[in-house]
Amino acid sequence: MNIVVCVKYVPDAQAERTFNASDNTTDRENVDGLLSELDEYAVEEALKIVEAGEGEVTVLTVGPDQAADAIKKALQMGADKGVHVNDAAIHGSDAVATSLVLAEAIKKLGDVDLVITGMASTDGTMGVVPTMLAERLGLPAVTFASELTVDGGAGGTATIRRDGDASTQTITATLPALVSVTDQINEPRYPSFKGIMAAKKKPVETWALSDLGVDASQVGLDAAWTKVSSFDARPPRTQGEIVNDEGDGGSKLAAFLSERKFV
Amino acid sequence: MFELSQDHEDFRQVVRDFAEKEVAPHIAKWDAASHFPADLVPKMGDLGLFGLVVPEEYGGAGDAGDFTSLCVAIEELGRVDQSIGITLSAGVGLGINPILTYGNEEQKQRFLPDLVSGRALAGFGLTEPEAGSDAAATRTRAVREGDEWVINGAKAFITNSGTDITSVVTVTARTGTNADGSPQISAIMVPAGTPGFVVEPAYHKLGWHVSDTHGLTFEGCRVPAENLLGAEGEGFKQFLKTLDDGRIAISALAVGCAQACLELATGYAKTRTAFGRPIGVNQGVSFQLADLAVMVEGARLLTYKAAWLKDELHAGKRSVKEVKQAAAIAKLYSTEAAVTATRTATQVFGGNGFMEEFPVARFYRDAKILEIGEGTSEVQRMLIARGLGLPA
Ligand SMILES: Cc1cc2nc3c(=O)[nH]c(=O)nc-3n(C[C@H](O)[C@H](O)[C@H](O)COP(=O)(O)OP(=O)(O)OC[C@H]3O[C@@H](n4cnc5c(N)ncnc54)[C@H](O)[C@@H]3O)c2cc1C
Repeated sequence: MNIVVCVKYVPDAQAERTFNASDNTTDRENVDGLLSELDEYAVEEALKIVEAGEGEVTVLTVGPDQAADAIKKALQMGADKGVHVNDAAIHGSDAVATSLVLAEAIKKLGDVDLVITGMASTDGTMGVVPTMLAERLGLPAVTFASELTVDGGAGGTATIRRDGDASTQTITATLPALVSVTDQINEPRYPSFKGIMAAKKKPVETWALSDLGVDASQVGLDAAWTKVSSFDARPPRTQGEIVNDEGDGGSKLAAFLSERKFV
Repeated sequence: MFELSQDHEDFRQVVRDFAEKEVAPHIAKWDAASHFPADLVPKMGDLGLFGLVVPEEYGGAGDAGDFTSLCVAIEELGRVDQSIGITLSAGVGLGINPILTYGNEEQKQRFLPDLVSGRALAGFGLTEPEAGSDAAATRTRAVREGDEWVINGAKAFITNSGTDITSVVTVTARTGTNADGSPQISAIMVPAGTPGFVVEPAYHKLGWHVSDTHGLTFEGCRVPAENLLGAEGEGFKQFLKTLDDGRIAISALAVGCAQACLELATGYAKTRTAFGRPIGVNQGVSFQLADLAVMVEGARLLTYKAAWLKDELHAGKRSVKEVKQAAAIAKLYSTEAAVTATRTATQVFGGNGFMEEFPVARFYRDAKILEIGEGTSEVQRMLIARGLGLPA
């Protein structure tokens, strides 16, 4: 059973996140980054499947130099090897281009039975890359899994539970397949001391676009379908309005809320 | 040269993350209820925290681990909460270490795997109501009857001795008299639940509310003769050595405390305004924080120097004497720095610093014991003076 987990290196949500002034892309240089927390669930799920049976977990990331940290964290958690696609031309890529690079990298890896992703990244939060990726690979996409069961090993099936607002669905796909997982599916482990030490010896390959047969013109800011034309930092929170209750506090509150269309 | 390795820093990051996610959100509640979170201990075990100085055959990290890593873990837990830090520090230093160092193979196989995985905790009972700094004044007695030891006496303030997962407490007891008339002291392992081994109700403590501390009473408590830890009469030497390591660990705990105070107070001084400007613009405040930063740096350097020496000693490259002195120096300086740090931080927080909603209040209560446990500041000064060759 060969599992590929796609992970993203994102700016730490606790830090002050911003955009590059020059091209309005996410600033990934001057902000501390980490493995997207939503991807930790994908890594954990892959590890659980392999631990319960057999197989190998490869983590794949597309990102700049620092994105190696995301791979490192996944390897510390227990993944077996890493692939880092790193090419200056990728800077500014949108979801369409990212899915292309991921798809070509997975094809190059070859014999893959299951691709697992998080439900979205914590920076872009678009959540479209998994389906785009499945489409490019010609794999069934079973998305937003709150539970995943793999039966029959490599040639078998993947069954997920998807919790919707109105109903809970059980969906089965034949392998190979792509599954995206939600933050309800498991509790990601912390790397153990042994895991941290073992990770140092695990193989990580770095590939450029040329290794994947992708042309620079297919990716990057110029190829993006949409562009951020401007950005403004969110203004700091202003002091709230204090209503003095002179017997009419209730109606003043109601007026305040209805003015803002809350009631 | 003055840097921990990348491995240590990677590990620090993981423990910090763990402490912030698994401890920080609950700690105020646990502290208010004096609740010992037994569920947290196996999670700490999964991280490998209890096995950092333990060989692989008992589930530990083996050669990959070292004492420095243990100090990193204690510092980082202690930065979020001191009680959780001492639970680890005592769990390893007082619980696991004596068994690992002095136990025979059967004893190690019996107790260590569960202790290392965090499925159990062990305590070390040295202090008595009438024997603290002067630990040789032990009154607890163990008398050999057939193939059993019969223990009578009492121990005071024993950490991790009464949790739901405590498996064993090693106690020191008089087992005879030496040729020179001094008491012969031995260490004996008493498994939890042994008849005659009474765990008294938990103390009401000024701080360390989340840490488990009990008085213990032994009334005709019988354990098999093979529960003797190490050779008969070696108990005194054993605990002296155990305490040397423990001191470096307490020093790391104090660094975590001082570091937390520095971060909290600096953050507050930047945002709290008085007289129309942040309080941190006043030198009366900022100089205190500058002094605090110096203390944190000094404490950290002394602690990790001692930890490094301890690892060097383990590799056969240093003398016991050198480590002993470094441990006492680090413990003395760091714990006094931590107490000062909590006083400064509370002062910077003003009235809020006296309120339990703010962690500085908890650190203020928790810090004082650092100057007392595993040898008081006075005892450290005695040891350091002795290390200088002054007459004892
Ligand atoms: C929360 C907590 C947890 C603890 N956990 C453990 C544990 O797990 N296991 C364990 O065995 N013990 C434990 N202890 C006990 C602790 O190590 C002792 O309290 C400490 O060593 C001091 O001993 P004492 O309380 O008897 O004080 P005393 O020895 O009575 O000292 C009282 C004062 O006299 C001073 N003093 C004593 N002799 C001298 C001297 N010769 N010169 C100058 N000053 C002197 C001391 O420094 C101190 O200021 C714990 C204590 C606490 C509070």
